[in-house]
Amino acid sequence: MTYILIFISAVFVNNIVLSQFLGICPFLGVSKRIETALGMSGAVAFVMTIATIFTYIIQKSVLDPFHIGYLQTITYILIIAALVQLVEIILKKISPALYQALGVFLPLITTNCTILGVALLVIKKDFNLLESVVFAISTAVGFGLALILFAGIREQLSMVKVPKAMEGTPISLLTAGLLAMAFMGFAGIVK
Amino acid sequence: MKKLESNFKNMVLVLSSITLFAALALGSVYTLTKDPIAVSKMAKQQNAIKDVLPPFDHFDLKAIEVNDGVEILKVYKAYDKRNVFVGAAVESSSNNGFSGKISLMVGFDKAGAIVNYSVLEQKETPGLGAKMLNWFKTNNKNQSILGKNPATANLSVSKDGGEIDAITAATISSRAFLFAVRNAYAAYCQNSDNQRCDSIKVK
Amino acid sequence: MNNSKLKIILNGLVTENPTFVLILGMCPTLATTSSAINGMSMGLATLFVLVGSNMAIALLKNVIPDKVRIPAYVVVIATFVSIVEMTMQAYLPALYESLGIFIPLIVVNCIVLGRAEAFAAKNTVFDSFLDGLGIGLGFTFALTLLGAIRELLGTGKTLGMIVFPEHYGMLIFVLAPGAFIALGYLIAAFNRLKKTN
Repeated sequence: MTYILIFISAVFVNNIVLSQFLGICPFLGVSKRIETALGMSGAVAFVMTIATIFTYIIQKSVLDPFHIGYLQTITYILIIAALVQLVEIILKKISPALYQALGVFLPLITTNCTILGVALLVIKKDFNLLESVVFAISTAVGFGLALILFAGIREQLSMVKVPKAMEGTPISLLTAGLLAMAFMGFAGIVK
Repeated sequence: MKKLESNFKNMVLVLSSITLFAALALGSVYTLTKDPIAVSKMAKQQNAIKDVLPPFDHFDLKAIEVNDGVEILKVYKAYDKRNVFVGAAVESSSNNGFSGKISLMVGFDKAGAIVNYSVLEQKETPGLGAKMLNWFKTNNKNQSILGKNPATANLSVSKDGGEIDAITAATISSRAFLFAVRNAYAAYCQNSDNQRCDSIKVK
Repeated sequence: MNNSKLKIILNGLVTENPTFVLILGMCPTLATTSSAINGMSMGLATLFVLVGSNMAIALLKNVIPDKVRIPAYVVVIATFVSIVEMTMQAYLPALYESLGIFIPLIVVNCIVLGRAEAFAAKNTVFDSFLDGLGIGLGFTFALTLLGAIRELLGTGKTLGMIVFPEHYGMLIFVLAPGAFIALGYLIAAFNRLKKTN
Protein backbone atom coordinates (compact mmCIF):
# COMPACT_ATOMS: atom_id res chain seq x y z
CA MET A 1 0.00 0.00 0.00
CA THR A 2 2.76 2.43 0.96
CA TYR A 3 4.38 1.88 -2.41
CA ILE A 4 1.18 2.66 -4.30
CA LEU A 5 0.78 5.84 -2.27
CA ILE A 6 4.36 6.88 -2.96
CA PHE A 7 3.73 6.25 -6.65
CA ILE A 8 0.52 8.26 -6.91
CA SER A 9 1.95 11.05 -4.81
CA ALA A 10 5.13 11.36 -6.89
CA VAL A 11 3.44 11.09 -10.29
CA PHE A 12 0.35 13.24 -9.80
CA VAL A 13 0.04 15.06 -6.51
CA ASN A 14 3.60 16.25 -6.01
CA ASN A 15 4.69 16.10 -9.62
CA ILE A 16 8.39 16.84 -9.68
CA VAL A 17 8.17 19.41 -12.47
CA LEU A 18 4.79 21.00 -12.03
CA SER A 19 4.65 21.31 -8.28
CA GLN A 20 8.21 20.80 -7.00
CA PHE A 21 9.87 22.90 -9.73
CA LEU A 22 12.72 20.50 -10.34
CA GLY A 23 14.01 19.73 -13.81
CA ILE A 24 12.59 22.86 -15.40
CA CYS A 25 15.55 23.26 -17.77
CA PRO A 26 15.00 19.99 -19.67
CA PHE A 27 11.25 20.54 -19.31
CA LEU A 28 11.55 23.75 -21.32
CA GLY A 29 14.55 22.69 -23.36
CA VAL A 30 13.76 19.28 -24.84
CA SER A 31 10.01 19.44 -25.07
CA LYS A 32 9.61 20.67 -28.63
CA ARG A 33 8.86 17.21 -29.99
CA ILE A 34 7.28 14.15 -28.40
CA GLU A 35 10.07 11.82 -29.56
CA THR A 36 12.86 13.77 -27.89
CA ALA A 37 10.72 14.12 -24.79
CA LEU A 38 10.38 10.34 -24.67
CA GLY A 39 14.14 9.83 -25.05
CA MET A 40 14.92 12.32 -22.32
CA SER A 41 12.39 10.77 -19.94
CA GLY A 42 13.89 7.34 -20.53
CA ALA A 43 17.41 8.56 -19.82
CA VAL A 44 16.28 10.36 -16.67
CA ALA A 45 14.40 7.31 -15.38
CA PHE A 46 17.46 5.14 -15.96
CA VAL A 47 20.00 7.39 -14.29
CA MET A 48 17.68 8.53 -11.50
CA THR A 49 17.00 5.00 -10.29
CA ILE A 50 20.65 3.94 -10.34
CA ALA A 51 21.86 7.20 -8.81
CA THR A 52 19.33 7.03 -5.98
CA ILE A 53 20.41 3.48 -5.09
CA PHE A 54 24.09 4.44 -5.10
CA THR A 55 23.75 7.67 -3.12
CA TYR A 56 21.46 5.93 -0.64
CA ILE A 57 23.98 3.18 0.01
CA ILE A 58 26.85 5.65 0.32
CA GLN A 59 24.83 7.80 2.71
CA LYS A 60 23.95 4.90 4.99
CA SER A 61 27.26 3.07 4.85
CA VAL A 62 29.80 5.88 4.68
CA LEU A 63 28.45 9.37 5.42
CA ASP A 64 26.25 8.46 8.40
CA PRO A 65 28.58 6.05 10.29
CA PHE A 66 31.54 8.44 9.98
CA HIS A 67 29.49 11.56 10.79
CA ILE A 68 30.60 13.38 7.68
CA GLY A 69 27.13 14.45 6.59
CA TYR A 70 28.57 17.83 5.63
CA LEU A 71 30.18 16.20 2.61
CA GLN A 72 26.76 15.12 1.34
CA THR A 73 26.34 17.63 -1.49
CA ILE A 74 29.85 17.19 -2.84
CA THR A 75 29.73 13.39 -2.61
CA TYR A 76 26.36 13.12 -4.31
CA ILE A 77 27.24 15.33 -7.23
CA LEU A 78 30.49 13.42 -7.80
CA ILE A 79 28.67 10.08 -7.67
CA ILE A 80 26.08 11.32 -10.15
CA ALA A 81 28.68 12.76 -12.53
CA ALA A 82 30.74 9.56 -12.43
CA LEU A 83 27.64 7.42 -12.84
CA VAL A 84 26.47 9.30 -15.91
CA GLN A 85 29.88 8.75 -17.51
CA LEU A 86 29.82 5.09 -16.59
CA VAL A 87 26.31 4.54 -17.90
CA GLU A 88 27.32 6.19 -21.14
CA ILE A 89 30.35 3.90 -21.57
CA ILE A 90 28.53 0.71 -20.60
CA LEU A 91 25.51 1.49 -22.72
CA LYS A 92 27.74 2.10 -25.74
CA LYS A 93 29.29 -1.35 -25.30
CA ILE A 94 26.33 -3.55 -24.46
CA SER A 95 23.36 -1.92 -26.14
CA PRO A 96 24.16 0.32 -29.08
CA ALA A 97 20.46 0.61 -29.87
CA LEU A 98 19.61 2.00 -26.44
CA TYR A 99 22.68 4.20 -26.61
CA GLN A 100 21.46 5.65 -29.88
CA ALA A 101 18.13 6.45 -28.29
CA LEU A 102 19.36 7.90 -24.99
CA GLY A 103 22.99 8.80 -25.70
CA VAL A 104 22.59 12.46 -26.62
CA PHE A 105 20.64 13.15 -23.44
CA LEU A 106 23.10 11.57 -21.02
CA PRO A 107 25.63 14.43 -20.77
CA LEU A 108 22.75 16.85 -20.09
CA ILE A 109 21.68 14.82 -17.12
CA THR A 110 24.55 15.67 -14.75
CA THR A 111 23.17 19.18 -14.40
CA ASN A 112 19.56 18.01 -14.30
CA CYS A 113 18.54 18.93 -10.79
CA THR A 114 15.90 16.20 -10.55
CA ILE A 115 18.60 13.56 -10.09
CA LEU A 116 20.37 15.31 -7.22
CA GLY A 117 17.01 16.51 -5.93
CA VAL A 118 15.54 13.02 -5.66
CA ALA A 119 18.74 11.64 -4.10
CA LEU A 120 18.52 14.36 -1.41
CA LEU A 121 14.75 14.03 -0.96
CA VAL A 122 14.76 10.31 -0.16
CA ILE A 123 17.21 10.96 2.66
CA LYS A 124 15.14 13.90 3.91
CA LYS A 125 11.95 11.82 3.83
CA ASP A 126 13.60 8.96 5.74
CA PHE A 127 12.69 6.34 3.15
CA ASN A 128 14.18 2.87 3.26
CA LEU A 129 16.03 1.51 0.23
CA LEU A 130 13.01 -0.09 -1.43
CA GLU A 131 10.83 2.97 -0.86
CA SER A 132 13.60 5.12 -2.30
CA VAL A 133 13.74 3.03 -5.45
CA VAL A 134 9.95 3.19 -5.85
CA PHE A 135 10.08 6.94 -5.24
CA ALA A 136 12.84 7.40 -7.84
CA ILE A 137 10.98 5.41 -10.48
CA SER A 138 7.67 7.16 -9.76
CA THR A 139 9.31 10.56 -9.88
CA ALA A 140 10.81 9.69 -13.24
CA VAL A 141 7.39 8.59 -14.47
CA GLY A 142 5.96 11.89 -13.25
CA PHE A 143 8.74 13.76 -15.02
CA GLY A 144 8.06 11.80 -18.21
CA LEU A 145 4.33 12.41 -17.98
CA ALA A 146 4.75 16.16 -17.58
CA LEU A 147 7.37 16.34 -20.32
CA ILE A 148 5.36 14.34 -22.86
CA LEU A 149 2.09 16.15 -22.15
CA PHE A 150 3.92 19.44 -22.51
CA ALA A 151 5.62 18.36 -25.74
CA GLY A 152 2.23 17.40 -27.16
CA ILE A 153 0.84 20.83 -26.39
CA ARG A 154 3.89 22.58 -27.79
CA GLU A 155 3.70 20.68 -31.07
CA GLN A 156 0.25 22.14 -31.52
CA LEU A 157 1.32 25.53 -30.27
CA SER A 158 4.05 25.84 -32.88
CA MET A 159 1.35 26.17 -35.55
CA VAL A 160 -0.37 29.07 -33.82
CA LYS A 161 0.39 32.75 -34.21
CA VAL A 162 1.67 34.22 -30.97
CA PRO A 163 2.38 37.91 -30.19
CA LYS A 164 6.03 38.75 -30.91
CA ALA A 165 7.09 39.39 -27.32
CA MET A 166 5.38 36.21 -26.12
CA GLU A 167 7.16 33.90 -28.54
CA GLY A 168 9.42 31.17 -27.20
CA THR A 169 9.89 30.94 -23.47
CA PRO A 170 7.04 33.22 -22.28
CA ILE A 171 4.29 31.29 -24.04
CA SER A 172 5.85 28.00 -22.93
CA LEU A 173 5.83 29.19 -19.34
CA LEU A 174 2.18 30.21 -19.57
CA THR A 175 1.33 26.80 -21.00
CA ALA A 176 3.25 25.15 -18.18
CA GLY A 177 1.30 27.31 -15.73
CA LEU A 178 -2.01 26.03 -17.09
CA LEU A 179 -0.71 22.46 -16.96
CA ALA A 180 0.37 22.99 -13.35
CA MET A 181 -3.10 24.32 -12.58
CA ALA A 182 -4.63 21.15 -14.00
CA PHE A 183 -2.31 19.05 -11.85
CA MET A 184 -3.40 21.00 -8.77
CA GLY A 185 -6.68 19.13 -9.11
CA PHE A 186 -4.87 16.08 -7.77
CA ALA A 187 -3.96 17.84 -4.53
CA GLY A 188 -5.27 16.16 -1.43
CA ILE A 189 -5.77 12.71 -3.01
CA VAL A 190 -2.86 11.35 -1.04
CA LYS A 191 -2.35 12.74 2.41
CA MET B 1 52.04 30.13 -16.95
CA LYS B 2 51.22 27.42 -19.43
CA LYS B 3 48.21 25.20 -18.99
CA LEU B 4 48.97 21.80 -17.49
CA GLU B 5 48.84 18.91 -19.93
CA SER B 6 45.98 16.46 -19.81
CA ASN B 7 48.05 13.38 -19.06
CA PHE B 8 46.91 10.76 -16.61
CA LYS B 9 49.27 11.73 -13.80
CA ASN B 10 48.30 15.40 -13.92
CA MET B 11 44.61 14.69 -14.06
CA VAL B 12 44.60 12.36 -11.07
CA LEU B 13 46.93 14.61 -9.10
CA VAL B 14 44.94 17.79 -9.70
CA LEU B 15 41.54 16.26 -9.12
CA SER B 16 42.53 14.52 -5.92
CA SER B 17 44.27 17.57 -4.51
CA ILE B 18 41.26 19.77 -5.27
CA THR B 19 38.96 17.23 -3.63
CA LEU B 20 41.23 16.91 -0.63
CA PHE B 21 41.40 20.65 -0.23
CA ALA B 22 37.62 20.93 -0.57
CA ALA B 23 37.09 18.26 2.08
CA LEU B 24 39.50 20.03 4.44
CA ALA B 25 37.78 23.38 3.90
CA LEU B 26 34.37 21.86 4.52
CA GLY B 27 35.61 20.03 7.59
CA SER B 28 36.80 23.27 9.13
CA VAL B 29 33.60 25.14 8.26
CA TYR B 30 31.71 22.24 9.80
CA THR B 31 33.59 22.46 13.10
CA LEU B 32 33.05 26.23 13.11
CA THR B 33 29.30 26.02 12.51
CA LYS B 34 28.53 22.85 14.46
CA ASP B 35 27.86 24.60 17.75
CA PRO B 36 25.84 27.52 16.37
CA ILE B 37 23.66 25.01 14.46
CA ALA B 38 23.01 23.01 17.61
CA VAL B 39 22.30 26.20 19.54
CA SER B 40 19.85 27.54 16.97
CA LYS B 41 17.98 24.23 16.87
CA MET B 42 17.71 24.23 20.66
CA ALA B 43 16.64 27.87 20.69
CA LYS B 44 13.84 27.17 18.21
CA GLN B 45 12.47 24.38 20.36
CA GLN B 46 12.75 26.36 23.58
CA ASN B 47 11.24 29.50 22.12
CA ALA B 48 8.25 27.49 20.95
CA ILE B 49 7.85 26.10 24.47
CA LYS B 50 8.21 29.53 26.10
CA ASP B 51 5.72 31.07 23.68
CA VAL B 52 2.89 28.76 24.57
CA LEU B 53 3.28 28.37 28.34
CA PRO B 54 1.43 30.40 30.99
CA PRO B 55 3.69 32.63 33.17
CA PHE B 56 6.32 30.33 34.62
CA ASP B 57 9.70 30.35 36.28
CA HIS B 58 11.34 27.28 34.81
CA PHE B 59 10.41 24.15 32.87
CA ASP B 60 11.75 20.63 32.49
CA LEU B 61 14.21 20.62 29.62
CA LYS B 62 13.79 16.90 29.33
CA ALA B 63 10.42 15.96 27.89
CA ILE B 64 8.18 13.19 29.17
CA GLU B 65 7.42 11.07 26.13
CA VAL B 66 3.93 9.71 25.59
CA ASN B 67 3.54 7.08 22.90
CA ASP B 68 0.04 6.88 21.46
CA GLY B 69 0.91 4.02 19.14
CA VAL B 70 1.36 6.25 16.08
CA GLU B 71 3.21 9.33 17.22
CA ILE B 72 5.37 10.16 20.18
CA LEU B 73 4.09 13.23 21.99
CA LYS B 74 6.42 15.25 24.16
CA VAL B 75 5.29 16.91 27.37
CA TYR B 76 7.35 19.71 28.93
CA LYS B 77 6.13 20.56 32.43
CA ALA B 78 6.54 24.08 33.78
CA TYR B 79 6.75 25.32 37.37
CA ASP B 80 6.72 28.59 39.28
CA LYS B 81 9.36 29.85 41.72
CA ARG B 82 8.24 27.55 44.52
CA ASN B 83 8.31 24.56 42.20
CA VAL B 84 4.54 24.35 41.93
CA PHE B 85 3.20 22.98 38.64
CA VAL B 86 1.73 25.81 36.50
CA GLY B 87 1.09 24.08 33.19
CA ALA B 88 2.76 22.22 30.38
CA ALA B 89 3.71 22.54 26.73
CA VAL B 90 2.96 19.53 24.57
CA GLU B 91 4.48 18.77 21.21
CA SER B 92 1.92 16.91 19.13
CA SER B 93 1.31 16.09 15.49
CA SER B 94 -1.14 14.73 12.97
CA ASN B 95 -0.44 12.99 9.69
CA ASN B 96 -3.86 13.77 8.29
CA GLY B 97 -3.23 17.26 6.98
CA PHE B 98 -4.11 18.12 3.38
CA SER B 99 -0.47 17.75 2.35
CA GLY B 100 1.05 15.69 5.09
CA LYS B 101 2.30 16.12 8.59
CA ILE B 102 1.32 18.99 10.84
CA SER B 103 3.18 19.38 14.10
CA LEU B 104 2.27 21.75 16.90
CA MET B 105 3.35 22.92 20.31
CA VAL B 106 0.29 23.49 22.52
CA GLY B 107 0.46 25.08 25.96
CA PHE B 108 -1.99 24.32 28.79
CA ASP B 109 -2.34 26.00 32.18
CA LYS B 110 -2.79 23.98 35.34
CA ALA B 111 -6.56 23.76 34.88
CA GLY B 112 -6.10 22.37 31.38
CA ALA B 113 -7.17 25.46 29.44
CA ILE B 114 -5.24 26.22 26.25
CA VAL B 115 -2.90 29.17 26.75
CA ASN B 116 -1.39 29.42 23.28
CA TYR B 117 -0.12 27.27 20.43
CA SER B 118 2.52 27.46 17.77
CA VAL B 119 2.83 25.52 14.55
CA LEU B 120 6.25 23.86 14.29
CA GLU B 121 5.84 22.25 10.90
CA GLN B 122 3.19 22.23 8.19
CA LYS B 123 3.03 21.97 4.40
CA GLU B 124 -0.60 23.01 3.90
CA THR B 125 -1.72 25.09 0.94
CA PRO B 126 -0.54 28.70 1.30
CA GLY B 127 -3.50 31.03 1.82
CA LEU B 128 -5.81 28.18 2.80
CA GLY B 129 -4.71 25.50 5.25
CA ALA B 130 -1.54 27.42 6.04
CA LYS B 131 -3.70 30.07 7.72
CA MET B 132 -3.68 27.78 10.77
CA LEU B 133 -0.61 29.68 11.97
CA ASN B 134 -2.93 32.40 13.28
CA TRP B 135 -6.51 31.34 12.52
CA PHE B 136 -7.15 29.50 15.76
CA LYS B 137 -5.73 32.42 17.78
CA THR B 138 -7.90 35.06 16.18
CA ASN B 139 -10.79 36.23 18.28
CA ASN B 140 -13.46 36.22 15.58
CA LYS B 141 -16.74 34.30 15.79
CA ASN B 142 -15.86 30.76 16.97
CA GLN B 143 -12.36 30.61 15.52
CA SER B 144 -10.20 30.83 18.59
CA ILE B 145 -9.21 27.86 20.73
CA LEU B 146 -7.33 30.01 23.25
CA GLY B 147 -8.71 29.89 26.77
CA LYS B 148 -10.86 26.86 25.97
CA ASN B 149 -10.51 23.71 28.01
CA PRO B 150 -10.77 20.48 26.00
CA ALA B 151 -12.36 18.80 29.03
CA THR B 152 -15.43 21.02 28.77
CA ALA B 153 -15.34 22.34 25.21
CA ASN B 154 -15.74 20.14 22.14
CA LEU B 155 -12.68 21.09 20.13
CA SER B 156 -13.61 19.85 16.69
CA VAL B 157 -14.92 21.66 13.63
CA SER B 158 -18.55 22.78 13.64
CA LYS B 159 -19.28 20.53 10.65
CA ASP B 160 -18.49 17.55 12.89
CA GLY B 161 -20.63 18.87 15.73
CA GLY B 162 -17.81 20.71 17.49
CA GLU B 163 -17.67 24.35 18.50
CA ILE B 164 -14.73 25.63 16.47
CA ASP B 165 -15.10 27.27 13.05
CA ALA B 166 -12.89 25.57 10.48
CA ILE B 167 -10.58 27.64 8.27
CA THR B 168 -12.61 28.75 5.25
CA ALA B 169 -12.20 26.18 2.46
CA ALA B 170 -9.73 24.13 4.50
CA THR B 171 -11.76 21.72 6.61
CA ILE B 172 -9.28 18.86 6.27
CA SER B 173 -6.41 20.99 7.55
CA SER B 174 -8.59 22.26 10.41
CA ARG B 175 -9.63 18.72 11.37
CA ALA B 176 -6.02 17.57 11.45
CA PHE B 177 -5.02 20.62 13.47
CA LEU B 178 -7.75 20.09 16.07
CA PHE B 179 -7.00 16.38 16.23
CA ALA B 180 -3.41 17.22 17.19
CA VAL B 181 -4.68 19.69 19.80
CA ARG B 182 -7.01 17.11 21.38
CA ASN B 183 -4.21 14.56 21.40
CA ALA B 184 -1.91 17.09 23.04
CA TYR B 185 -4.50 17.55 25.77
CA ALA B 186 -4.72 13.81 26.34
CA ALA B 187 -0.95 13.63 26.71
CA TYR B 188 -1.06 16.60 29.07
CA CYS B 189 -3.69 14.84 31.14
CA GLN B 190 -1.61 11.71 31.55
CA ASN B 191 1.05 13.84 33.16
CA SER B 192 -0.89 16.12 35.46
CA ASP B 193 -2.98 15.40 38.52
CA ASN B 194 -5.85 17.44 37.14
CA GLN B 195 -9.21 16.01 38.35
CA ARG B 196 -11.01 16.57 35.07
CA CYS B 197 -8.56 14.36 33.27
CA ASP B 198 -9.61 11.07 34.78
CA SER B 199 -11.86 10.05 31.95
CA ILE B 200 -9.50 11.03 29.15
CA LYS B 201 -6.92 8.74 27.61
CA VAL B 202 -4.58 9.25 24.68
CA LYS B 203 -6.41 8.15 21.56
CA MET C 1 36.76 51.97 -12.00
CA ASN C 2 37.24 52.14 -15.73
CA ASN C 3 34.64 51.56 -18.36
CA SER C 4 35.37 47.95 -19.26
CA LYS C 5 35.09 46.83 -15.64
CA LEU C 6 31.73 48.52 -15.28
CA LYS C 7 30.67 46.85 -18.47
CA ILE C 8 31.31 43.40 -17.01
CA ILE C 9 28.94 44.11 -14.14
CA LEU C 10 26.27 45.68 -16.35
CA ASN C 11 26.54 42.73 -18.71
CA GLY C 12 25.30 40.39 -15.99
CA LEU C 13 22.62 42.76 -14.79
CA VAL C 14 21.03 43.60 -18.14
CA THR C 15 22.54 42.34 -21.40
CA GLU C 16 23.01 38.78 -20.22
CA ASN C 17 20.58 38.73 -17.35
CA PRO C 18 20.55 35.05 -16.38
CA THR C 19 16.81 34.88 -15.82
CA PHE C 20 15.28 37.18 -18.41
CA VAL C 21 17.73 36.76 -21.29
CA LEU C 22 19.68 33.52 -20.84
CA ILE C 23 16.67 31.73 -19.25
CA LEU C 24 18.97 29.75 -16.95
CA GLY C 25 18.49 28.52 -13.40
CA MET C 26 14.74 28.25 -13.80
CA CYS C 27 14.22 25.77 -10.95
CA PRO C 28 15.16 28.05 -8.04
CA THR C 29 13.64 31.01 -9.89
CA LEU C 30 10.23 29.40 -9.88
CA ALA C 31 10.45 27.51 -6.62
CA THR C 32 11.75 30.06 -4.16
CA THR C 33 9.89 33.19 -5.24
CA SER C 34 6.68 32.81 -3.27
CA SER C 35 7.74 35.97 -1.47
CA ALA C 36 10.16 38.81 -2.19
CA ILE C 37 12.34 38.03 0.80
CA ASN C 38 12.71 34.35 -0.11
CA GLY C 39 13.57 35.23 -3.70
CA MET C 40 16.15 37.75 -2.55
CA SER C 41 17.77 35.30 -0.12
CA MET C 42 18.04 32.64 -2.79
CA GLY C 43 19.57 35.23 -5.12
CA LEU C 44 22.12 36.28 -2.52
CA ALA C 45 23.07 32.67 -1.71
CA THR C 46 23.65 32.06 -5.41
CA LEU C 47 25.58 35.33 -5.68
CA PHE C 48 27.98 34.20 -2.98
CA VAL C 49 28.56 30.84 -4.66
CA LEU C 50 29.01 32.52 -8.06
CA VAL C 51 31.59 35.02 -6.81
CA GLY C 52 33.46 32.39 -4.81
CA SER C 53 33.57 29.73 -7.48
CA ASN C 54 34.36 32.22 -10.26
CA MET C 55 37.36 33.54 -8.34
CA ALA C 56 38.61 30.11 -7.31
CA ILE C 57 38.33 28.80 -10.84
CA ALA C 58 40.03 31.83 -12.36
CA LEU C 59 42.83 31.28 -9.85
CA LEU C 60 43.16 27.59 -10.64
CA LYS C 61 42.51 27.72 -14.37
CA ASN C 62 46.12 27.02 -15.34
CA VAL C 63 46.65 24.04 -13.09
CA ILE C 64 43.48 22.22 -14.10
CA PRO C 65 44.04 19.94 -17.09
CA ASP C 66 41.40 20.43 -19.78
CA LYS C 67 39.96 16.95 -19.74
CA VAL C 68 39.05 17.01 -16.06
CA ARG C 69 37.97 20.62 -15.89
CA ILE C 70 34.23 19.93 -15.49
CA PRO C 71 34.58 17.57 -12.49
CA ALA C 72 37.10 19.98 -10.97
CA TYR C 73 34.69 22.92 -11.39
CA VAL C 74 31.86 20.89 -9.91
CA VAL C 75 33.94 20.08 -6.81
CA VAL C 76 34.85 23.75 -6.36
CA ILE C 77 31.21 24.82 -6.74
CA ALA C 78 29.94 22.10 -4.41
CA THR C 79 32.42 23.28 -1.77
CA PHE C 80 31.09 26.83 -1.84
CA VAL C 81 27.50 25.58 -1.81
CA SER C 82 28.15 23.46 1.27
CA ILE C 83 29.75 26.45 3.00
CA VAL C 84 26.65 28.57 2.29
CA GLU C 85 24.43 25.73 3.45
CA MET C 86 26.15 25.29 6.81
CA THR C 87 26.46 29.01 7.45
CA MET C 88 22.77 29.59 6.76
CA GLN C 89 21.78 26.66 8.94
CA ALA C 90 23.79 28.13 11.79
CA TYR C 91 22.87 31.79 11.58
CA LEU C 92 19.64 32.02 9.54
CA PRO C 93 17.78 28.82 10.46
CA ALA C 94 14.31 30.10 9.47
CA LEU C 95 15.49 31.03 5.98
CA TYR C 96 17.39 27.77 5.69
CA GLU C 97 14.18 25.88 6.28
CA SER C 98 12.07 27.88 3.87
CA LEU C 99 14.57 27.50 1.01
CA GLY C 100 15.06 23.83 1.90
CA ILE C 101 16.42 21.54 -0.74
CA PHE C 102 17.10 24.41 -3.15
CA ILE C 103 20.25 25.44 -1.30
CA PRO C 104 22.18 22.21 -2.03
CA LEU C 105 20.69 22.33 -5.52
CA ILE C 106 22.65 25.52 -6.30
CA VAL C 107 25.33 22.99 -7.31
CA VAL C 108 23.37 22.03 -10.39
CA ASN C 109 22.24 25.57 -11.19
CA CYS C 110 23.40 25.93 -14.79
CA ILE C 111 24.28 29.59 -14.23
CA VAL C 112 27.13 28.78 -11.88
CA LEU C 113 28.76 26.10 -14.01
CA GLY C 114 27.99 28.14 -17.10
CA ARG C 115 29.89 31.21 -15.86
CA ALA C 116 32.80 29.04 -14.71
CA GLU C 117 33.12 27.55 -18.16
CA ALA C 118 32.30 30.62 -20.23
CA PHE C 119 34.02 33.35 -18.22
CA ALA C 120 36.18 32.36 -15.27
CA ALA C 121 38.17 29.77 -17.22
CA LYS C 122 39.41 32.49 -19.59
CA ASN C 123 39.72 35.65 -17.51
CA THR C 124 41.62 37.13 -14.60
CA VAL C 125 40.62 36.69 -10.99
CA PHE C 126 39.40 40.28 -10.63
CA ASP C 127 37.36 40.21 -13.84
CA SER C 128 35.85 36.89 -12.78
CA PHE C 129 34.96 38.44 -9.44
CA LEU C 130 33.15 41.26 -11.24
CA ASP C 131 31.41 38.83 -13.57
CA GLY C 132 30.20 36.73 -10.65
CA LEU C 133 28.99 39.88 -8.93
CA GLY C 134 27.16 41.14 -12.01
CA ILE C 135 25.48 37.87 -12.89
CA GLY C 136 24.69 37.23 -9.22
CA LEU C 137 23.11 40.67 -8.85
CA GLY C 138 21.14 40.17 -12.05
CA PHE C 139 19.84 36.87 -10.73
CA THR C 140 19.04 38.38 -7.31
CA PHE C 141 17.23 41.29 -8.96
CA ALA C 142 15.13 38.95 -11.11
CA LEU C 143 14.21 36.70 -8.19
CA THR C 144 13.35 39.61 -5.91
CA LEU C 145 11.18 41.22 -8.59
CA LEU C 146 9.35 37.98 -9.35
CA GLY C 147 8.92 37.28 -5.63
CA ALA C 148 7.57 40.79 -5.00
CA ILE C 149 5.07 40.52 -7.86
CA ARG C 150 3.83 37.09 -6.80
CA GLU C 151 3.58 38.13 -3.17
CA LEU C 152 1.72 41.32 -4.07
CA LEU C 153 -0.78 39.67 -6.41
CA GLY C 154 -1.24 36.65 -4.20
CA THR C 155 -1.47 38.11 -0.72
CA GLY C 156 -1.67 41.87 -1.12
CA LYS C 157 1.63 42.39 0.66
CA THR C 158 5.11 43.41 -0.43
CA LEU C 159 8.01 42.82 1.94
CA GLY C 160 5.48 42.58 4.76
CA MET C 161 3.75 45.90 3.96
CA ILE C 162 0.05 45.56 3.29
CA VAL C 163 -0.92 47.15 -0.02
CA PHE C 164 -4.47 45.83 -0.28
CA PRO C 165 -6.53 43.47 1.91
CA GLU C 166 -5.57 39.83 1.67
CA HIS C 167 -8.95 38.51 0.55
CA TYR C 168 -8.66 40.48 -2.71
CA GLY C 169 -5.43 38.61 -3.48
CA MET C 170 -5.29 36.03 -6.25
CA LEU C 171 -4.08 33.03 -4.32
CA ILE C 172 -2.98 31.23 -7.46
CA PHE C 173 0.08 33.49 -7.70
CA VAL C 174 1.66 32.12 -4.53
CA LEU C 175 0.98 28.57 -5.70
CA ALA C 176 2.86 26.61 -8.36
CA PRO C 177 0.92 27.68 -11.49
CA GLY C 178 1.29 31.35 -10.57
CA ALA C 179 5.07 31.00 -10.65
CA PHE C 180 5.02 29.87 -14.28
CA ILE C 181 2.47 32.47 -15.33
CA ALA C 182 4.10 35.43 -13.57
CA LEU C 183 7.54 34.55 -14.94
CA GLY C 184 6.10 34.09 -18.44
CA TYR C 185 4.62 37.59 -18.46
CA LEU C 186 7.77 39.09 -16.93
CA ILE C 187 9.99 37.66 -19.65
CA ALA C 188 7.52 38.83 -22.28
CA ALA C 189 7.63 42.33 -20.80
CA PHE C 190 11.44 42.24 -20.77
CA ASN C 191 11.49 41.17 -24.44
CA ARG C 192 9.15 44.00 -25.35
CA LEU C 193 11.19 46.61 -23.46
CA LYS C 194 14.42 45.44 -25.04
CA LYS C 195 12.97 45.78 -28.51
CA THR C 196 11.71 49.32 -28.05
CA ASN C 197 15.12 50.40 -26.71
